[in-house]
Amino acid sequence: MLASKAPHSSVIPGAPRIRNDAADLIAKILSDVPDPEIPCVSVIDLGIVRAIEPDRIVITPTYTGCPATLFIEQSIRHALDNAGFSHVRLEVALSPPWTTDWITDEGRDKLRAYGIAPPPRGAANASLRNESHPQCPRCGSMNTEEISRFGSTPCKALWRCRACAEPFDRFKCH
Amino acid sequence: MTPPLAQYALRLGDDSLILGQRLSEWCGHAPALEVDLSLANVALDLIGQATYFLGVAGDVEAKGRDADRLAFTRDALDFSNCLLVEQPNGDFAQTIARQFLFSAFQELQLGALASSKDERLAAIADKAVKEVTYHKQLAGGWIVRLGDGTDESKQRVVAGLDWMWRFVDEMFDMDALDRKLLKDGVAVDKAALRPAWDARVDAVLSEATLARPAPRRPVLGGRAGHHSEHLGHLLSEMQFLQRAYPGATW
Repeated sequence: MLASKAPHSSVIPGAPRIRNDAADLIAKILSDVPDPEIPCVSVIDLGIVRAIEPDRIVITPTYTGCPATLFIEQSIRHALDNAGFSHVRLEVALSPPWTTDWITDEGRDKLRAYGIAPPPRGAANASLRNESHPQCPRCGSMNTEEISRFGSTPCKALWRCRACAEPFDRFKCH
Repeated sequence: MTPPLAQYALRLGDDSLILGQRLSEWCGHAPALEVDLSLANVALDLIGQATYFLGVAGDVEAKGRDADRLAFTRDALDFSNCLLVEQPNGDFAQTIARQFLFSAFQELQLGALASSKDERLAAIADKAVKEVTYHKQLAGGWIVRLGDGTDESKQRVVAGLDWMWRFVDEMFDMDALDRKLLKDGVAVDKAALRPAWDARVDAVLSEATLARPAPRRPVLGGRAGHHSEHLGHLLSEMQFLQRAYPGATW
């Protein structure tokens, strides 16, 4: 019997639901492709995969100047080819522009565990984005201060915890 | 003849490319590590924008030139960036003055371009404007710190703004190409952005305890390929590899 399957809409926030097994498998493969700059999160966690269909996937770059963009495309291509999905086309779309609101909850947890303060969900459109202080990913204190608006990658800013004195990266709201 | 849309995309791309190249000259030389990171990140954003805009120019032109070929194999006369972005870095204050004046303009321009009838330009603008807002905040913050800082920092930022000010009017200049594409719903009415730009710039200058620089005779010509000698030197460095080893890849 063809029972109705539970939709996997949680995989890609805001994107069309995955419709069948092939797409499901592709999503599984992509969830093992890490971001080259922040390897604790996958390309799925980051929300840069915008659509998954049996014969094509659509990805979007994070920042226009992110030097990792081409590397990510190559990693995805490589993973698909290795898993026998070389017929799946890889397309790049700029619109709608990527936002940190598309980072999954799981991705946010992974970033925190890695020592990077994740952006609060839904904050990219808030009027005071990047104005509120992030929580220190090490000790949990809110007593933190910005050192530099630009960090080691385009997506991060440098912060310091006044409570435990440790510096940390903040994933910028974008 | 190059299609107007390709020329327009080239202008947008050249502004970003040349400023991105200028800023990257700071890499490893900035006054502090945090500043080095900031300027390199802004440069990366600009070069990313340039790659997209020049890609559109190459597609529309349909002569088989991609973004890299357009960046690395054109001569100075074929560049159509505004003169402001090719000005030398000078000291840190002069670099910040240039960045502040341009980012304030670019944020407005890209905000308007996001509603262009050309979907490719609109998509690039919609994405890039979020990043440029950051550039403007960074540069504006430094204008205030330098202007409202020590006597020396103030004197330097005043000199930087004064040097760059003569190139401001060109950013808002509308020539025949702009007017044609504006009529088609593709281009931005740059002249109409001036009041908003004036208001934003004045607000930051006032917070920085700085007066608006004295009016200067505007210098124009970049859009038509009439550049300062500085552009040639910039290109000789940027294009060296492709000039010496044409078609080299790695």
